[in-house]
Amino acid sequence: MINQYFYCFLGIIKRETSRFFQQRSRLFSALVRPLLWLIVFAAGFRAALGVSIMEPYGTYITYQEYIIPGLCCMIVLFNGMQSSLSMVYDREMGSMKVLLMSPLPMPFLLCCKLTAIAFLSLMQVTIFLLCAQLVDVDISLLGYLTAAPAVFMIAFFLGALGLLLSSLIKQLENFAGVMNFVIFPMFFLSSALYPLWKMQEASIWLYWLCQYNPFTYCVELLRFALFGQLHLTAFTVVIAATLISATFALFSFSPKFSPQR
Amino acid sequence: MGIITNNLSFSYGKRTALNKVNLTLTTGFNVLLGPNGAGKSTLFSLLTGLTQTTQGTIEINGDNLKNQQSKIMSQMGVVFQQSTLDLDLSVKQNLLYYAALHGIAPKKALINIEIILSQLSLTERLHDKVRTLNGGHRRRVEIARALIHQPKVLLLDEATVGLDVDSRLLIISYVRNLCEQRGICVLWASHLMDEVKPSDQLIIINQGEIQAQAQSSDLCKQYKVEDIYQLYFALTCNAEAL
Repeated sequence: MINQYFYCFLGIIKRETSRFFQQRSRLFSALVRPLLWLIVFAAGFRAALGVSIMEPYGTYITYQEYIIPGLCCMIVLFNGMQSSLSMVYDREMGSMKVLLMSPLPMPFLLCCKLTAIAFLSLMQVTIFLLCAQLVDVDISLLGYLTAAPAVFMIAFFLGALGLLLSSLIKQLENFAGVMNFVIFPMFFLSSALYPLWKMQEASIWLYWLCQYNPFTYCVELLRFALFGQLHLTAFTVVIAATLISATFALFSFSPKFSPQR
Repeated sequence: MGIITNNLSFSYGKRTALNKVNLTLTTGFNVLLGPNGAGKSTLFSLLTGLTQTTQGTIEINGDNLKNQQSKIMSQMGVVFQQSTLDLDLSVKQNLLYYAALHGIAPKKALINIEIILSQLSLTERLHDKVRTLNGGHRRRVEIARALIHQPKVLLLDEATVGLDVDSRLLIISYVRNLCEQRGICVLWASHLMDEVKPSDQLIIINQGEIQAQAQSSDLCKQYKVEDIYQLYFALTCNAEAL
């Protein structure tokens, strides 16, 4: 019986990775997007935005260094949302039925799917961090090791959010709405690009929106993890957000009173 | 062994798709014949558990679908009307993925896959991407996929629609042979009357209601018609077509 679950787990991971590597443009764009931000955007803003000493950094840091966790989370966010796009595609193409007709429990299948998404996210983030070393962003080996579980957790949360969204999106065309109403607000209303105290100076409303954005806690969790530290609040928020998203995603994939699935 | 539905009803809002459907399907080749919109796909969706039953019950191989869905799914193979293959993956990857979803070890799955694909003359396409296959080949892959876990019940929803004559004949004769050799229960939904043999169990559905259910030769005698065409048109009230 345990073997059945193991084979199923391996099968789903294999399918998701095969699909990912067959869409080479997806890997390319997943890396080019944050690298552009790092090399072009961060270079431009380096002079304009000074970052004072703050936790977990022990000294003054460059803007490139500051936005590294945010860009890693951006990769995870896009991967999570693209996976939800593939679920919408699967539903439109009918291949979702194959998953739904598995004799194994749906919570287990969705967990396998989320693990596959997390695995792909981790791989992309690792490649990005290695590329980032070329522009003088230094990450220790310990940083890589402690960041890996954090990336996995964040990917689980954003993947679950993506699965939930995929159950709400009826057509592929509606995915543009996800870009405008989920990805961009989540990313910009967080501490990914600027510290929250800077946001507080600019607008107290925006500051509070950032404070209530779970993506902020994803970024902070990773920022601390890259320095081998645990941000307990961020950890708790990400765990809670994962559980909530995964529960709703699970409900959204249970049989409904419609054969449109 | 087979499928039993008891007072199965289903509505999309105010529109009734199925109305008190009582079916008893045993092992053998059962043909579900009905025009477009008769309720065939809705019935399939309910039988496969993709849509939750709101009224009536479904029993498959003696188990209630509501309580034993997992067990039933492990014994059921389905070919949907719409293709459900992943076009970007190869035939082998698609089949192994399905086997994995049923908890079958890759080694064992590959043995089954090789046997089934050779029977369906598809062995040489094993590593080809599904996107490169023609409609007939894709259908054969879907049938192969539905058989990997050696199901006791096989549901095929308009599996030959849009295919050329050769592909249609190959698929239907393969499923008929399978039915005889393995003694499984096959439900073959179609609106193509030439796919029905006199010895088949025939179910005619129209506007969500079962119009007739018996051996097709018996039904012809009962309704005093010469062939399935006349029987079909008589029972679906399409008298003008006669």
